[in-house]
Amino acid sequence: MDQFILQILNGLDKGSAYALIALGLTLIFGTLGVVNFAHGALFMLGAFVAVTMSNLLTLSHKVVDETRTDFLGNPLQVDVPYLYDFFGQAAGDTIIDWAVPISILVAIPIMVGIGFAMERGLIKYFYKRPHADQILVTFGLAIVIQEIVKYFYGANPIPTPAPEAFVGSFDFGVVLGFDPNAIIYPYWRLVYFFFSVVVIGAVFAFLQFTTFGMVVRAGMADRETVGILGIDIDKRFTIMFGIAAAVAGLAGVMYAPINSPNYHMGMDFLVLSFVVVVVGGMGSLPGAVAAGFMLGILESFASMSAVIDLLPGINQIIIYLVAIIILLTRPRGLMGRKGVMEE
Amino acid sequence: MLGLEKKDFQLLLIVIGLTLFAPFLLNPFPEGSDLAQFNAGYPDLMQRFVIFGIFAIGFNILFGLTGYLSFGHAAFLGAGSYGAVWMFKLLSMNVLPAIAISVVIAGLFSLLIGYVSLRRSGIYFSILTLAFAQMSFALAYSVLTPITGGETGLQLALSDPRIFGAAQTATGNIPVPALFGLEMRSSFEWNVGAWLFTFNAGYYLAAFFMIIAFYISIRIFRSPFGMMLRAIKSNQTRMSYTGLNARPYTLAAFVISGMYAGLAGGLMASMDPLAGAERMQWTASGEVVLMTILGGAGTLIGPVLGAGMIKYFENIFSKINETILHGWFAFLPDGLEDVVVAMIYPFIGKGWHLTLGIMFMLVVIFLPGGLVQGGQKIGALFSRKKAEETKPNATEPAE
Amino acid sequence: MSNNSFSRRGVLKTGMVASAGLALPQYLRAQESGFTNAPGASEVILGFNVPQTGPYADEGADELRAYELAVEHLNGEGDGGMLGTFSSQALEGAGILGRRVGYVTGDTQTKSDAARASARSMIEKDGAIMITGGSSSGVAVAVQALCQEAGIIFMAGLTHSNDTTGKDKRANGFRHFFNSYMSGAALAPVLQAAYGSDRKAYHLTADYNWGYTTEEAVRTSTEAMGWETVNTVLTPLTQTDFSSYIAPVLNSGADVLVLNHYGGNMVNSLTNAVQFGLREAQANGKNFEIVVPLYSRLMARGAGSAVAGIFGSTNWHWSLQDAGSQAFVRSFGTKYGFPPSQAAHTCYVQTLLYADAVTRAGSFNPCAVVEALEDFEFDGLGNGPTLYRGEDHQCFKDVLVVKGKENPENEFDLLEIVEITPVAQVTYPADHPQFAGGALGTCNPGA
Repeated sequence: MDQFILQILNGLDKGSAYALIALGLTLIFGTLGVVNFAHGALFMLGAFVAVTMSNLLTLSHKVVDETRTDFLGNPLQVDVPYLYDFFGQAAGDTIIDWAVPISILVAIPIMVGIGFAMERGLIKYFYKRPHADQILVTFGLAIVIQEIVKYFYGANPIPTPAPEAFVGSFDFGVVLGFDPNAIIYPYWRLVYFFFSVVVIGAVFAFLQFTTFGMVVRAGMADRETVGILGIDIDKRFTIMFGIAAAVAGLAGVMYAPINSPNYHMGMDFLVLSFVVVVVGGMGSLPGAVAAGFMLGILESFASMSAVIDLLPGINQIIIYLVAIIILLTRPRGLMGRKGVMEE
Repeated sequence: MLGLEKKDFQLLLIVIGLTLFAPFLLNPFPEGSDLAQFNAGYPDLMQRFVIFGIFAIGFNILFGLTGYLSFGHAAFLGAGSYGAVWMFKLLSMNVLPAIAISVVIAGLFSLLIGYVSLRRSGIYFSILTLAFAQMSFALAYSVLTPITGGETGLQLALSDPRIFGAAQTATGNIPVPALFGLEMRSSFEWNVGAWLFTFNAGYYLAAFFMIIAFYISIRIFRSPFGMMLRAIKSNQTRMSYTGLNARPYTLAAFVISGMYAGLAGGLMASMDPLAGAERMQWTASGEVVLMTILGGAGTLIGPVLGAGMIKYFENIFSKINETILHGWFAFLPDGLEDVVVAMIYPFIGKGWHLTLGIMFMLVVIFLPGGLVQGGQKIGALFSRKKAEETKPNATEPAE
Repeated sequence: MSNNSFSRRGVLKTGMVASAGLALPQYLRAQESGFTNAPGASEVILGFNVPQTGPYADEGADELRAYELAVEHLNGEGDGGMLGTFSSQALEGAGILGRRVGYVTGDTQTKSDAARASARSMIEKDGAIMITGGSSSGVAVAVQALCQEAGIIFMAGLTHSNDTTGKDKRANGFRHFFNSYMSGAALAPVLQAAYGSDRKAYHLTADYNWGYTTEEAVRTSTEAMGWETVNTVLTPLTQTDFSSYIAPVLNSGADVLVLNHYGGNMVNSLTNAVQFGLREAQANGKNFEIVVPLYSRLMARGAGSAVAGIFGSTNWHWSLQDAGSQAFVRSFGTKYGFPPSQAAHTCYVQTLLYADAVTRAGSFNPCAVVEALEDFEFDGLGNGPTLYRGEDHQCFKDVLVVKGKENPENEFDLLEIVEITPVAQVTYPADHPQFAGGALGTCNPGA
């Protein structure tokens, strides 16, 4: 029993990353009708906002320490962050420690800006082009973004730890009456889960309760009619692209402490998030979220050693197997609408 | 001629000419010169050009005609090469049975996957094919290691049975793939002045298959069957209202393109007897999609051009390193040389991905019809007057 | 018409047979020298095939730096590095057999297909006489088989799987790097000393060849000293988040977690394990411990402070104090500004060993080189006295057991050497079951 609860926790945690990425992807599908292969790159850029922030905070000047030597036997040059000079060592350390939460605030405007630039500079010319062309251009863009990041940050993962306050695990087992250590879960992963619930909730509320959201939803359902009514739907779609980019970016920033970011983390998530979106049903926001959590939980169950012993290799293919079964039994995924991306 | 219209026959002749004289055309720079770096006329790359050409031609029969975008075609190529290598291990090193079995295996595999995936259309179809291919890759890399060799790939060994051939050569080595004694890797080299041209047996065998594949693809494009496939692309609903069932046609196209992929896989294993699981990964499937779109989906020659372009970048640009760059710009003053090298360096060698990405974007932004359209534009510049009366025929997009 | 395939442009570049219209069948010319790609009188080309794109690009870049340094030293430039400490004094910094060393580079992309394409282009187009490099066993095994076919010497770079010199060994291929068996044999006594012999281990293993051989090696060695293996779980190569594999560990009755992962897998699984608090946890009344059989300092950086206190093994480390290592670190550090990685070290040494073997053999003929390398004993290249065993072309030398530092002084100072396991302890017979099923075959000179 405790194992099941544990894996449900794991699934919710994995699923929240899937859901956040898929949410942005399906927003762009649904509103703009664009297949965005660069969406994974936006997720990766978000994580690198956190990396850059911690690099900026630790921006240092060299101080030669004569008492110690480096690996070649020369006097050691010690990096002293400028923050130490401004705030003293203790306060400086605290600020550096909180680099990831700080970068959340910075990431929103940056990612919205990147989203605007992408849509205005490139994507808008591809609304009327075939999906194949959209794939080629966004895939090219994804490679370019990746390679630029690789040029500046290298190919190896860069550790970006969470603040000291979130290190460690919460013991659910004790709360639920199991043995200690039976169900433990790291604080930061719990934060990630609640954060994603908040973001998803905010996006839904925005679409549901604002006039802006109403127009966008109308545009998703019938773009032409909305245009005929004299509403400048294009401008709203640009804003939606910015929001989708911000959601992907936030997912990335918060993910940085979970796994050290590297330049290809976006590609790793890309295929998976496409599967999530399609399983959820094209153009359906609740579908994407539901599919994200569902696949996360199933993936976690498939990784249990009892399950692997029974069906060797199941953990390798579970997501794809589930996708095939769902698409064969439900033609448009869990909650897809008729006629979206079917031609 | 050969049941082709004049225009198509001319195109076929051009393709035959290009493949026959590829050893000359791809080696335009004298041996030992600075520009020899850009020569592509060595056996491995020439073989890759035609093999990936076959792969892309086949993919285009499905995608270019019916519009069904498969993201899992690499699985058929992979299955084909596993089949071929197993033939080398069990039967003999003759390439013909290996190639035959690879086409058959890929055909059966694509029949199975196509039958299931074609129940859906649009992006749902794409994701189904992607899911099947990714499952094949994941299993081949891990659980199926006894059959596929897993991480290290399926290789020949001295202890293989090879019941119709020698298990090992007289010198105690593993025999190499051959066509009735003609080794695939044997080459004939020709020195003309400072130039060196290599004529490789394996390349010409692969080129022979590509010409056949290309001919069949023209016939399919011009046949009533091809017309039917185009009808599916333009309006499937209307087609079903006329009482026609589209499924058998799309399935046939899917299996044909799967067999093309298997042929490519079998040839690949014949040129270089190893089959690795990475061949089935989604990135490999994506590569053939990119080749086709880059060259011009739905055109006859486009996919071959796209395949050539991507393989050229992968093999030539990735090998240019900083030392070579410094060699090229050595004539500049020192400071300037460093600046120029520093500016170019990010785009070559380890940065070849960046150049490839930029090229994808440029082509699709400025040449919506792919490289073929670029060729047409250049052609139109030279014969602006003629362009009015003779519209390009063979290379016109299918729509 | 046997073995007449791979071209020899090295010759043609310099000793140009420049008569228009003269068609000389390749096999005739190949017979002149008796082997593939015989170098010309003034230059010899080596092929450096490393990952330049993909997740191992940084490791590949470090390998390339080491190769460039080795070429400099062979050509008599720079400070000579390990040439001065190498026990064989055949190399004098005047190239190889009087020929200046040139090189070409390629990108393996860490895919066996791409690696073979790149190696073939070096052989067919550039006339490389030797191929070296690689950062994974899949690539090493694939390129090794290709070189055997082509009649080229392959000096493996970073490859740790038993298979490279086990079931997939080839006569033309040589490995200096250590392997899974050696990791297990070296780690076991240290683990016993540190954690006792009554331990229950839980293995997470990457689901591919290297993972299997490493798990087998570590399991056999630890079980031999009394540990019990509670469970082994295979994880997909493409896994990025290991939480669902790590979470059940603490409640499984195990008190040691062994992560048979490398590269990005290792960084993520280790980070996740530390996130779940395994390092502070208690199990069976003991402190819970984590072990990483194969450490890579370059990659360990990605795990940050998570490596502190965690045992593993490594082929070489820049903090070694012997003269060879010191000389190498000095010339590498002076040129590039940071210490070399173990991948850089093995690649540098392999290049020197090849050049030395050619010089001692007095010929570039692969068969002569194979003969010179087989059962060659040397010292002064950073790993103490070393034997290149003739039966399987594996180097036998001391293995380093290392531990993640608690308070690293700088970004390179991540590991501290716990013990240098003597070579006798990691030597195994060539017919050991973990290496069964392959045959070297005979050397192939190509032409």
